[in-house]
Amino acid sequence: MQAYLELSNIGMSFNTDGKVFQALCNVNLKVDKGEFISLIGHSGCGKSTVLNIISGLYQATTGGVILQGKEVNSPSPDRAVVFQNHALLPWLSVYENVALGVKQVFRKRKTRAEMAAWILHNLELVHMQHAADKLPHEISGGMKQRVGIARCLAMQPKVLLMDEPFGALDALTRAHLQDSLMEIHRNSGTTVVMITHDVDEAVLLSDRIVMMSNGPAASIGEILNVSLPRPRDRLALAEDRDFIHARHEVLQFLYSRHKFPAADNHEKKLSAPLGMTAQTINNRNKAA
Amino acid sequence: MKLFELNWQTGAMFKRRMLRTLTLVGIGMLTFAGLWQISANRIDTSLGQFPGPVQVWEQIQNLRAEHIREIERETAFYQRQSERNADILAQDPTAEIRIRSYTGRPTFVDQIITSLITVTVGFLLAMLVAIPLGIACGLSETLYSAVNPIIQLFKPVSPLAWLPLVTMVVSAMYVVDQPLFSKSFVTSAITVALCCLWPTVINTIVGVTSVDKDLINVSRVIQLPALRHIQKIVLPSAMPMIFTGMRLSLATGWMVLIAAEMLAQNPGLGKFIWDEFQNGSSDSLGRIMVAVLVIGLIGLLLDRFMLLLQRRMSWDKTTVLR
Repeated sequence: MQAYLELSNIGMSFNTDGKVFQALCNVNLKVDKGEFISLIGHSGCGKSTVLNIISGLYQATTGGVILQGKEVNSPSPDRAVVFQNHALLPWLSVYENVALGVKQVFRKRKTRAEMAAWILHNLELVHMQHAADKLPHEISGGMKQRVGIARCLAMQPKVLLMDEPFGALDALTRAHLQDSLMEIHRNSGTTVVMITHDVDEAVLLSDRIVMMSNGPAASIGEILNVSLPRPRDRLALAEDRDFIHARHEVLQFLYSRHKFPAADNHEKKLSAPLGMTAQTINNRNKAA
Repeated sequence: MKLFELNWQTGAMFKRRMLRTLTLVGIGMLTFAGLWQISANRIDTSLGQFPGPVQVWEQIQNLRAEHIREIERETAFYQRQSERNADILAQDPTAEIRIRSYTGRPTFVDQIITSLITVTVGFLLAMLVAIPLGIACGLSETLYSAVNPIIQLFKPVSPLAWLPLVTMVVSAMYVVDQPLFSKSFVTSAITVALCCLWPTVINTIVGVTSVDKDLINVSRVIQLPALRHIQKIVLPSAMPMIFTGMRLSLATGWMVLIAAEMLAQNPGLGKFIWDEFQNGSSDSLGRIMVAVLVIGLIGLLLDRFMLLLQRRMSWDKTTVLR
């Protein structure tokens, strides 16, 4: 059976100054409808590239993305993207930011009044209806990201793509937004592909965690199933054995099997006595 | 009560700062005027002594008096005409009456107004081309590569180089039975337009090319059609740069205008200076100096006006505009 969303043999190389850099190689993934997938890996491993290829903002060099039996080759509201730094238009109010997408997507399907109600409904989903008339610079970072999510949800995407959506937020705000996102996912049944750096976040939110190996020519290293029952409660999970196990698995992958490449060098340096360079050691010997 | 005190304190501080600024401006002005008067007294030209602040002040009064006199003459002329016509009609209601417009010579104030109209028309003409061209070049790398060399080539050209060409072209092409505008006006406006095109084109291109990449991606994901993309994302993003360009353009245009009017004989401030220079009376230098000061003042006011317009149109009221 064909999957809802399929990444088939994706490879990506960038051409900079005549040098070809192979960023991705042989990325294969099948995602079911309604699944929540996290992409995790060290920075520079090509997670964002994968996401951009799914969104259609980039074109894969080899292979391709198939969504509901159709090849993806350009961006579309079907695959809405939540950007890391919210990317709200600063000159439009919260309401107008959401309206921009809605007007485009539902141009012929909804009346003006229906659209207005739909926009407000989506703002309500992210608990932002009270700030509908505010400009983005008048609301906090977490609120901006909520609006960014509402803007995407309002377009009723087949797949919601999130590029480190909570990376720039403080821990408390992030927890709030994670809870909101779980609630939205539960109620709407949207398929989500999310990039994250945060192991706890990945385990808490995902059905499957896709762990990527390091570049160049990065690929999918392992996929971890997180079969924790939903709805999930972060307090109860903190002590849960399955949660701790899953968390341990991801940490093992990231810090033991696929160490951040620069970390190796760092460790070698540290093997000398702490805080002492070769020079200071020599000097001390001379003094003796 | 405490709040009030705080307000009062900041109010007092504000007043003190204002006073300080005003004092400094006053000292600067007075020093300048003093040095000007002293050095003016030492310069003798064939048209008499170089005008100092005192002579310039006299000429300001003179020009004002001339203007008032001219207005009086004009009203008197129209009054005489209407009385005469009323008499004629009283004797014979079917008589054909003639209404002539007053043809006095333009006063200094008329010339200022002519200059302002000319620079406005030239500037608007330039903006009508510059902003769409800048947006198009900013959006399309291909178009930019094609157009950029032409922009770079014509940008440094002096208005005086354009003027003879524009004059000849206008004389050849602008042939109307009852022209609404004089040829000298059209020539000056077009020369202004040609010279103040470039800063806006260049700044608009920079503004359009530096739109935040994420916002462009948002637009691609939403699949905004080209025109809405320009309207909703490109224009608001590029607005500050477009305004910077427009301010530079208007300043250039105002400078160019004076030279263009001298040569094209458009009855504005440029022609005023040229006529005074040719006139060569003992008052001429003083009158020219008045024109110089007025040109500076109007240039300043035009720039302030653009700044005000920018503040009005800018979405971000928190940015400091200078």
